[in-house]
Amino acid sequence: MTEPKPASEPQPRRGEPRPSAQINAAIELAYRDAYGSVLATLIRFLGGDFDAAEEALADAFAAALETWQRDGIPATPAAWLTTAARNRALDRIRRDRRQAEKLATLERELTVAEVAPMQLGTEGGLEDDRLRLIFTCCHPALPPDARIALTLRTLGGLTTPEIARAFLVREATLAQRLVRAKRKIREARIPYRVPRAEELPERLDSVLATIYLVFNEGYLASSGEAAVRNELCAEAIRLAAIVADLLPDVPETHGLLALLLLQDSRREARVAADGSIALLEEQDRTRWDRAEIGRGLAALDRGFAAAAGQSHASVGRYLLQASIAAEHARTLDGRSTDWRAIATLYEALSRIDPSPIVELNRAVAIAQADGPAAGLTLLDDLAARGELASYHLLPAARADLLRRLGRLPEAAAEYERALALSDNDAERRFLQRRLAETRG
Amino acid sequence: MRYMLLIYGEETQQDEGASGAAPEIPPAWMEYTNWLLKRGIHSAGEQLAPSSSATTVRVRDANRLVTDGPFTETKEVLGGYYIVECDNLDEALEAAARCPGALYGSIEVRPIIGMAAPDTLRASNAAG
Repeated sequence: MTEPKPASEPQPRRGEPRPSAQINAAIELAYRDAYGSVLATLIRFLGGDFDAAEEALADAFAAALETWQRDGIPATPAAWLTTAARNRALDRIRRDRRQAEKLATLERELTVAEVAPMQLGTEGGLEDDRLRLIFTCCHPALPPDARIALTLRTLGGLTTPEIARAFLVREATLAQRLVRAKRKIREARIPYRVPRAEELPERLDSVLATIYLVFNEGYLASSGEAAVRNELCAEAIRLAAIVADLLPDVPETHGLLALLLLQDSRREARVAADGSIALLEEQDRTRWDRAEIGRGLAALDRGFAAAAGQSHASVGRYLLQASIAAEHARTLDGRSTDWRAIATLYEALSRIDPSPIVELNRAVAIAQADGPAAGLTLLDDLAARGELASYHLLPAARADLLRRLGRLPEAAAEYERALALSDNDAERRFLQRRLAETRG
Repeated sequence: MRYMLLIYGEETQQDEGASGAAPEIPPAWMEYTNWLLKRGIHSAGEQLAPSSSATTVRVRDANRLVTDGPFTETKEVLGGYYIVECDNLDEALEAAARCPGALYGSIEVRPIIGMAAPDTLRASNAAG
């Protein structure tokens, strides 16, 4: 097979090769922008064979280095890469005589749906394939940690070592996880398709949860390199934006995007100078990323607009959590926060998704709206039920309210209890600082 | 592809006493089997006698070891199975979700490895 030659491709300029730096930059850009979508298309072409698709795409990137240097950067790098990778995959299959039958099938299918290089690059097709890919990677038949790894590896184009580093697991462990997931897709025949409407709610839950876990790993995790963690947050936002873009009628897709943007906008302000976690009320809100807040609020509006167009109640947990984050984002001084509204939102959230953590947050909001005594009553109820016995934020929240009520010895005891339960360095520094103040 | 739907559930007293005379098929199961047949995906399906009737065989160092009862002591035991012929896992999961057993127990969905018959192997080698 010959390399694809888009009509707009510049003539070969053998005499004056472009500087390699320019080619490298173009390839990096193509990798960043198109890896996931090109791979998604290839997997479909290859009947759901993830490994063959990944191998072929790696070959195509290697070929691009040489060909683009010689012939110039194609007008649509994604289309060039797709065609080049497809040709390479077919070559590979041809060489493997035992797969003769498979080749015949593929060639038949490809002839039927013969796709010109330029058409491969049209947005519609690629978008559809990216949805197929993310729904397959996040299939509930795969274990959650495999969903995350596979999504980051395929759609995100992160390398196995990068993902291993971000999740603090050994590279071999992560590679094994990916191999097992791909084997299950193949052996159990998990279909490469977008779920039907009646399956969509369940399946979309899994996709959104996977993206949220990627973000949380970057945002909350207790250790690891900051740069890698920021990369995870950025990747999660990118994935959420893709899903919101591809399923604009589903309110929760915008809800998740809004939530991630609004949380991420506080990232810089979240860590104090000494490396400890700065609580929301202590954060320097001038360091909140206003542009990101703007994008988050816009996504939130799109989510509520989509929800308004639906007959049944479709304001889900992500829209509600994003609304809570938006209440904070809207007040630059932090003093005019509408805690009453926040408490109401937590109440709505606990109806959809009851959990002691949501109740804890609601108690904290009530404490802000009605005073520490009212919040403490709710926290005491929660503590009496013993559900959060090993969760450090419960004693930390009780300590804070006791401190504000002037009950310092009790507060100190609670800070100590929280310290014993926390293994997050930044949080421990914060708790120690407060403990010292209380004893002061 | 063929999938086996393994129906696990807790055994009731009724199940225990049911061995012996051919039991009547409960309407829900009858309906379900008919649905599979109508869809054209039914390949096989049987109910198993209660686990109290099970006997387990192992061979260790060429010695036959026969013990009473099912292989593992768990509350949920295998009570029956269906084999369905589906295009992909999602279709098989849909069939599993409709199974009456899913309402009280759980359905394990396992792909069946299709072994190529010797004839088929020869044919494909000749073609290549």
